[in-house]
Amino acid sequence: MQEIVLHPLEKYLRSDRLPHTWCPGCGIGTVAQAFIRAVDELKLDPSQIAIVSGIGCTGRIPLYLKFDGAHVLHGRAIPVALGVKLAKPNLKVVVFGGDGDILSIGGNHLIHAARRNADLVVIMVNNFIYGLTGGQVAPTTPKEAYTYTSPYNPDSKPFNAVQLVAASGATYVARWSTAYPVLLKESIKKALTRRGFSFIEVISQCPEIFGRLNGFKTPYDLLKKIKDVGIIRKNISPFDTKYDWNNEITLGEFVNKDEPTYLDYLNQIIEKARGQGDKK
Amino acid sequence: MALQQGALQAGKRVFDVIVIRDRCKECGLCIEMCPTKVLDRENTYNVYGYRPTFLKNRDRCIGCKICENICPEFAIFVKEVLK
Amino acid sequence: MTENILFTHGNQAVVEGALVAGCRFYAGYPITPSSEIAEEMSKRLPKLGGIYVQGEDELASINMIIGASMAGMKAMTATSGPGYSLMQEGIGLAVATETPIVIVNVMRVGPSTGIASKPWQGDIMQARFGSHSDYEIISLYPWSVQEAFDLTIEAFNLAEKYMTPIILLSDGILARMREKLYIRSPNEVEIIERRKPNVAPEVYKPYARDENLVPTIASFGDGYAIIRDSLTHDERGYYLEKPETQAHYVWVLNEKIKRNAEKIQKWDEKFTDDAEVVFIAAGPMARIVLAMVKEARSEGLKWGFFRPITIWPFPEKQLNNAVRNANNVIVVEMSYGKLIYPVRWTLRNNIRIGHIPWLSYVAPSPDEIRKLAEKEVMD
Repeated sequence: MQEIVLHPLEKYLRSDRLPHTWCPGCGIGTVAQAFIRAVDELKLDPSQIAIVSGIGCTGRIPLYLKFDGAHVLHGRAIPVALGVKLAKPNLKVVVFGGDGDILSIGGNHLIHAARRNADLVVIMVNNFIYGLTGGQVAPTTPKEAYTYTSPYNPDSKPFNAVQLVAASGATYVARWSTAYPVLLKESIKKALTRRGFSFIEVISQCPEIFGRLNGFKTPYDLLKKIKDVGIIRKNISPFDTKYDWNNEITLGEFVNKDEPTYLDYLNQIIEKARGQGDKK
Repeated sequence: MALQQGALQAGKRVFDVIVIRDRCKECGLCIEMCPTKVLDRENTYNVYGYRPTFLKNRDRCIGCKICENICPEFAIFVKEVLK
Repeated sequence: MTENILFTHGNQAVVEGALVAGCRFYAGYPITPSSEIAEEMSKRLPKLGGIYVQGEDELASINMIIGASMAGMKAMTATSGPGYSLMQEGIGLAVATETPIVIVNVMRVGPSTGIASKPWQGDIMQARFGSHSDYEIISLYPWSVQEAFDLTIEAFNLAEKYMTPIILLSDGILARMREKLYIRSPNEVEIIERRKPNVAPEVYKPYARDENLVPTIASFGDGYAIIRDSLTHDERGYYLEKPETQAHYVWVLNEKIKRNAEKIQKWDEKFTDDAEVVFIAAGPMARIVLAMVKEARSEGLKWGFFRPITIWPFPEKQLNNAVRNANNVIVVEMSYGKLIYPVRWTLRNNIRIGHIPWLSYVAPSPDEIRKLAEKEVMD
């Protein structure tokens, strides 16, 4: 059968770039698909969406999706995205980054964007490791896990990103996993249609590196573990969520509130400044 | 096929699973996650040297689309077979 | 029109120039002696419907202005040494993605924290080589409040014209000194805007170039689904791991500036026709040196003066021409030695290169330079 078969979401892909370079079984492709599906189901105008990413495997997402995109510096996707959004407020601006990119080198930008209630959607794909560089320890790595820079595990305990971002003032905080792509898609839809700062952490499988280094022989073995440890809870405070590889990683939506956003403040500032008359 | 025709006539929904063979990287997630176990791995290789998934048991596919949603490669999708 | 004339300082002049040039986005972090630029921008931009963001650090600031520029706005930040060092990776990103932005570095004493409020000229090489790997960059250094205004407009024009970041140098003297400033109105000056693509998205290539090697890059939201990548990329903006792609890419980023250098370069020279000794200085220090040269001339000494206004690309041809009858040049700078390097690279034949590194952050008087100059000329 030599006819060209197109995936239903093909129009959102840079098909000339496929197959992508993510490993077989990597959850990032699943996240990318959930995002595109969310855009498709919402019938958003793709030309009014901009995606910004940092460095890492997750950072490669804009290379394969047909949106305005920027693949910028490690940890700096959030300020670039904020600049884009403020310059063109009508665009929906989405940040993709891995756990190292967003939470380690980009940590300062993350908490400040949350504090400002900046009008961005940040999707952090957490695969517990620095994948693209070959498998070093990350601030989300379970302390018993073996990585190439934590060979004498246990190391320090990891961040529970949900707590960190909620404490910084984010108005939408959720955590899902690639084991439930439909729930992830629904959450992305919510984030895309609301104002203010939305943070979605996605627990994802890195079978080639994290999986292999920690005894998971196939992508499914690792995904099954992620599915088993991810417990969906409702009506729970972000500060009661668990992030424990041996016990429970709480999934769900933990914060969803309406507060003035950064764009609201900037508009108020402009009104106030103009109202004060023009004195040099 | 006869079983499927019969199912269509009986008002049951029938699905086809399409695999874009050269995109599949043999990760096995679709095969393992399928609740009715209708997918399996081919014995022949695609152009990159992977053995792609194929639909081995069309009659038992319930169209849940778990395979489509979980696939990281945009290599598999479900199409409803209509009269 | 007296409301267009101010008696003000260099930092203010930079703001006035930026606003006339059409800058409507500023993200910055406070750092002496540049903070007045941020403060004034935070007051003026909202009145014009523009946006001021106080970044959480310099890294946020440089990256925010890059994002704003990718979405089509003229954007600027200002900082000083320690912050400028933090911004180097961002400058590299702007070079690689060919994003027009203006970065003001108000130079101060270093290294490291140094003395915050005191001027220095020690970042001249960093303006050229601060970020890693190979690139060319444009850097301007005004010497007066009026020139600070005019060169800020020029900086934005060059950024838009060549799709590149511009380093506008200043220092603690220029930032603080007050002079008369005539604020030209927008219709009195040339204001350049970046080109917009006029082909269909299907055939559009973001990094296809004209004969000056300058690309026409769409902004986000214009419907071109363009990818701006910090990885080595080809005409489509696609990352390619191929030796030919890298070779062409690094060649074009450098050649874009080199090829257009003579259109970009600005310099100033006085009394060079018959000068035997030419003094070279930049920024406010150059005013002191010029005063000294003028006085020496009036006494009959055949001294000349050369001032690079674009420090980078350094006006090499122009300097070689200015010293054609000289047997001696003397570089005068308020640092241990930075401007001396491009001068040494430029002048190779039979000309003695002297150096007066002024290591005090208290600006010298023309007499003090004169004493040192006489010694330097005699040795």
